[in-house]
Amino acid sequence: MSEVKKIATRESYGNALAKFGAEYPDLVVLDADLANATKTGTFKKAFPDRFFDCGIAESNMTGIGAGLATCGKIPFISSFAMFAAGRNYEQVRNSIGYPKLNVKIGATHAGITVGEDGASHQCLEDIALMRTIPGMTVIVPADDTEVFAAVKAAIEHQGPVYLRFSRAATPVIYDPADLKFEIGKGITVKDGSDISIIATGVEVSYALEAAERLAGDGVKARVIDMHTIKPLDEELVLKCAAETGKIFTVEEASVLGGLGSAVAETVAEKNPVPVHRIGVYDTFGESGPWNELMKKYKLDADGVYEQIKAKL
Amino acid sequence: MTNQELQKTANEVRKGIVTAVHAAKSGHPGGSLSAADIFTYLFFEEMNIDPKDPKKADRDRFVLSKGHTAPGLYSTLAERGYFPKKDLETLRHTGSYLQGHPDMKHIPGVDMSSGSLGQGLSAAVGMALAAKIDKKSYRTYCLCGDGEIQEGQIWEAAMFAGAKKLDNLCVIVDNNNLQIDGPIDEVNSPYPIDKKFEAFNFHVININGNDMEEIRKAFDEAKATKGMPTAIVAKTLKGKGVSFMENQVGWHGKAPNDDEYATAMSDLEKAGAAL
Repeated sequence: MSEVKKIATRESYGNALAKFGAEYPDLVVLDADLANATKTGTFKKAFPDRFFDCGIAESNMTGIGAGLATCGKIPFISSFAMFAAGRNYEQVRNSIGYPKLNVKIGATHAGITVGEDGASHQCLEDIALMRTIPGMTVIVPADDTEVFAAVKAAIEHQGPVYLRFSRAATPVIYDPADLKFEIGKGITVKDGSDISIIATGVEVSYALEAAERLAGDGVKARVIDMHTIKPLDEELVLKCAAETGKIFTVEEASVLGGLGSAVAETVAEKNPVPVHRIGVYDTFGESGPWNELMKKYKLDADGVYEQIKAKL
Repeated sequence: MTNQELQKTANEVRKGIVTAVHAAKSGHPGGSLSAADIFTYLFFEEMNIDPKDPKKADRDRFVLSKGHTAPGLYSTLAERGYFPKKDLETLRHTGSYLQGHPDMKHIPGVDMSSGSLGQGLSAAVGMALAAKIDKKSYRTYCLCGDGEIQEGQIWEAAMFAGAKKLDNLCVIVDNNNLQIDGPIDEVNSPYPIDKKFEAFNFHVININGNDMEEIRKAFDEAKATKGMPTAIVAKTLKGKGVSFMENQVGWHGKAPNDDEYATAMSDLEKAGAAL
């Protein structure tokens, strides 16, 4: 894996905005004093007239996004997930969700891969919060290629979208020529018949690594990239339940209300099979280099592999 | 329209407010009545709007940031011809499009859903910003409550509007001096309101918000003001026009019973006849 190209999905996000800015003249980007970190600064360089820094005032940025959308703009509002979804939950619900406005929320620095900044900045609850808002689409891209596809899909989609990006550099797993991305349609990245590993975001590449090691143990694991948490690809989840039985979900987020919950809800109601949720268990994060934290919280390839082995 | 015609219209708007709240058996008459003259001036005189084409692209925008005074907005929209006045009696009823707080998805003439206090001004700033981006001439008006401006987000929005010199934005503060828990200066004083907006780089106009001529002059001055947004601090009387509701904190969010409704309508009939 050492020669695999790695890039943080936040980096890809900024590049994607800059790329699509020319194609979509109504695209405008707002940030809250984090343009260098969220990488919206890349868009700012390319389209300074369509970039607005709201300063450290995320709630106001959210409302401005809503107002711009009522006038036909396609605003992307960006901050760290902690503030975009956490601090802003009620603004997103009432100013964007309730009127179903065409605002895209680009949330970077999600999860414990924030690293050294620690728990105050490591949002683990954003997936859970955002998926409770009626009409909200929730997307967690797995790599650079998928970010470009997801950002384009979000622009084309009429309605609010929450996009979750990571600070950490993650392997590029898709070739742009091969990726067929559709909102609400999970991607089978590795086929298998014994178990299904349904992963999202940065965990997809770790799930693939874990699946390779499981193969060495004689376990044929199917790996799904569930890039859209909402609307969930229930058809694919139920296909996994029917064909492999046991399902493992993997997310760099709280297991309360996130991908694991969404999958478990679907399976419990429509075809009960064992579901094991791998993620952060009802705790805050902490400071440390992100790869050390991923090891400590058993969310890197070793951790995912071990957690699956323990429940086989 | 002449000031007298506007006053008569505002009186009709007030009748619609008490009728709607009476029919709903709940709602917010006090702050709807205090702002009735401002609502009327905006929708009958000031704004470039067309009830036959509520979404026309170059229309002026209005955001009711103090969304709980939806009865005031709805009654004005009905009086202006956006929908039948009879529908006001369905306010807050199950299945009615006239939701308890403004719902832009279902109510003609409502440019932004609101109700959670402090959020409407940000949306209005977004609308004003969109006009600037597109070099369009439409203006955006936002009505805030004087209690509402205790919300921090109002000042985030004001800071942005002032910094970006959004001279196509006009904020009106309905300064009726009462909020649910009592007089605003006893609860948590936002005074001096004018000085605060000045500090955020607004042009500020203090007026009697129940005086049509002062309202007219203020909006004319706002339109003529370039390079900065305008805030009109409108001193008003909460419950204005209904004798037993005037300046009574208890009528912030309460519906009149049948007897009280009769008295209210009688008050307004007399006021209308005197105009």
